[in-house]
Formats: sequence, structure tokens, C-alpha cells
Amino acid sequence: MEKEKPYVVPYRLYSNVLITLLALTFFSVAITLIDLGNISIVVALVIASVKAFLVLKYFMHLKYDKPYFVIMVIFVFSIILVTIVVTFLDYLYR
Amino acid sequence: MEQAKHIAEHYDPEASKIGMWLLIFTELLLFGVLFVIYAVYRYLNHDAFHLAAEELDTFMGAINTVILLLSSMTIAMATTALQKRNKSLTLVLAGITILLGMIFLVNKYVEWGGKFAHGIFPGSEYLTEMLSQGEILFFGLYFVMTGLHVLHLIIGIVLISVTMWKINSGKVHAERASLLENSGLYWHLVDIIWIFLFPLFYLIN
Repeated sequence: MEKEKPYVVPYRLYSNVLITLLALTFFSVAITLIDLGNISIVVALVIASVKAFLVLKYFMHLKYDKPYFVIMVIFVFSIILVTIVVTFLDYLYR
Repeated sequence: MEQAKHIAEHYDPEASKIGMWLLIFTELLLFGVLFVIYAVYRYLNHDAFHLAAEELDTFMGAINTVILLLSSMTIAMATTALQKRNKSLTLVLAGITILLGMIFLVNKYVEWGGKFAHGIFPGSEYLTEMLSQGEILFFGLYFVMTGLHVLHLIIGIVLISVTMWKINSGKVHAERASLLENSGLYWHLVDIIWIFLFPLFYLIN
């Protein structure tokens, strides 16, 4: 029986990821207290993307999965991104 | 006969994982389209969205973010505990995840209840007569997107409850950890959606 031994992720790694995620959350709340104008939405979305990346990579085990899982996830996020870009191209230049 | 039955029993963790990811992709696309709608309406109603967002409590949103991040860690740790054959710790960690999910629901109930008390709910008299088109759109999207998110959270709680029951009865164990891993994946999806909902609805100053 072929059996792949799944990688056991240490507890320590998970708690470190959590601390990073919480720090990013507090940072994103703190940054809204400063008025950055139109840049604030960009900053908020960049921080959210970094948080989502950490959740996907470590909590959702993409780091330890076969590469095709990563390729599929990138593909799906690309579709969403392209949809947003095309929609805005339409709204801005129609 | 019993022997033959046992061998025929099918267990393919990789296929199960692909299945769960495919479901997650459809969910991501569902919410992705809602984010596109949000982006366009926010672009068209910039000032109204900022005005309407003042109604939302950033502190409450931040607390809910912390709760979900914490619960994501505990369900991820539950898989590690199961692989290390620590059944009781697995159940405790999964139980904490469900408890945190419940606290999130209570917070949302308080939040929505507060809005309802102020007459802000889809189709309310106050909303349609007192507020501008942009503000109505903001609250419409707020209720639809957080509502859909909460629905997913409830499904996640049910999924983890079933998993806990199967861990307890010994059907899910270190060699058959797939159900727990996939329930975890679903729970992280709920987390990721909230990671984007939080800044878009609560962090507009």
C-alpha cells in the first residue's frame, strides 16, 4: 500500500503565524486613524492580501501541498483580479 | 466477506482535498463577484459609502477579526494534534474553534440587532426615505455580504461538529484525518472572506 506520510506542522509555527496576523490586524486598524486620503484603501487591501496569503500558505497547508494546488489557487485569484480590472476599465473609459 | 468489504473501503485523501478546494474555488468566485459589485458602487458613491460606514463599530469588527484568526489557528492545530494521536487535545481544539465561532455569531447578532433598532435593515422605512441612494447600497451590500459570510460560518460549525463526533467515535483518526483537514480548509475560507470584509466595511474613515 503506497502511503505518503503527511507533514506534521508544529504548533509553534501556527502560533507564530497567528501573532503575525494579529499584528497586521492592529496595524491596519491603526493606519485608518491617520488620514491618508485615497491611499488608505490601497494600504488596507495590501494588508488584507498579505493576511490572506499567510492563511493560505500556512493554515491551509499550501506550503506543504503539491504544486498544482498552488497553481489552481493562483488561477482562481487571477480570475477575480482580471474581473475587477476589466470591470473598472469599462467604468472608467466607456 | 467481511474482509473483502474492508479492503473495498475507499479512502483517497488527495481526491477529498481536491474536492474541498474545488468547492472553496466556487465560494471564492461567489464572493469575488460580490466584491466587484462593492468596488463599482463604492467608486460611484464615494462620499455616501464613507458616511454610511460611520454607522459601523470598528472595535466590534476588530474583535470579530481577532476571534476568527484565533479560531483558524485552533482548527489548524487540531490537525497536528490528531496526527500526533492526541485525541483529547484534538477534540478540545476543535471545540474551542466552535466556541469562538459561536462568540462571533453572538457579536454579529448584537451588531445587526443594533442596526435593526436604529431602523437600518433592508427595505426599512428609515433606509428608503431618510438615506441617500449610496447609503442604501452600502447597507444592502453590508447585509448581503456579512449575512452570506455568517451562513458559511454556521455551515463550518456544523461541519466541525460532525467531524468531532466522528473523531470521538474513532472513524476519523491519524490515518484517516481527511475529514478534519477538509473541515479546517473550509473554516479557513470563512476566515479569508472576513479578512477582506473587515477593511472594506469597517475601516473606511
